[in-house]
Amino acid sequence: MLAMFFWAFVVGGLICVVGQLLFDIAKLTPAHTMSLLVSTGAVLGGFQWYEPLANFAGAGATIPIVSFGNSLVNGAMQEASQHGLVGVLTGMFEITSSGISAAVVFGFLAALIFKPKG
Amino acid sequence: MAKDNKTQEQEQYKKLEQKYETKRPVLKNCLKAFLVGGTFCLVGQFITYFYIFFFNFTEQTAGNPTVATMIFIAMLLTGFGVYDRIGQFAGAGSAVPVTGFGNSVISAAIEHRTEGLVLGVGSNIFKLAGSVIVFGVFSAFVVALIKQIYQMIIGG
Repeated sequence: MLAMFFWAFVVGGLICVVGQLLFDIAKLTPAHTMSLLVSTGAVLGGFQWYEPLANFAGAGATIPIVSFGNSLVNGAMQEASQHGLVGVLTGMFEITSSGISAAVVFGFLAALIFKPKG
Repeated sequence: MAKDNKTQEQEQYKKLEQKYETKRPVLKNCLKAFLVGGTFCLVGQFITYFYIFFFNFTEQTAGNPTVATMIFIAMLLTGFGVYDRIGQFAGAGSAVPVTGFGNSVISAAIEHRTEGLVLGVGSNIFKLAGSVIVFGVFSAFVVALIKQIYQMIIGG
């Protein structure tokens, strides 16, 4: 269990370093970087290469935004295995719904509660 | 001839520009991103185990409530103006974890509150995070479609 914390820290940190290198070396904007990482996650998910990393590093793999792309593909494939091609569309948000819903709900709540800073 | 001169001047200006451009301390930035990003994931791991031990989630399903909880934390940090400061220090270390996604949604919502709940908050909430969702969903769609058709051909 301690090893899991260690690898979560290291793997999560390394994924952030990749993002930082895209910022600094490739000179991409944050929006471009995030889009690229999410698309990468989708491709990795397609080859089922992200799953082993998640088993190995836990939150180190599931917290970075890369896992969003991976989960989208997994959700779509889960549904597709039951309903065929239509499932690709209907199952897309199967797994990621919690992230999107939480963002919308808490975003709206924050707009009601907090005042803009600066 | 004049054209050539101009491009030469432009090239010179480009060199001059590069000379005065502030050098990004790449190594230092990477180290900061590593430490802060790693810490976010460490916190995420704590929350994952919390859900596994107290709410009977499995290692596979605990990811969902963890992400939601991390976004809740992002709401508090963004609302109190702390996340901006972390972001200035950590760069990608605060942008790449899912809290960065939450922060971009939540800060857009707070920022546009003055324009009203419907036209301000409602229509601007995904202003920054929209690109992540669009590219995520579209690339996932293409990948899943190819994979499904491939499996249908191989399986059939």
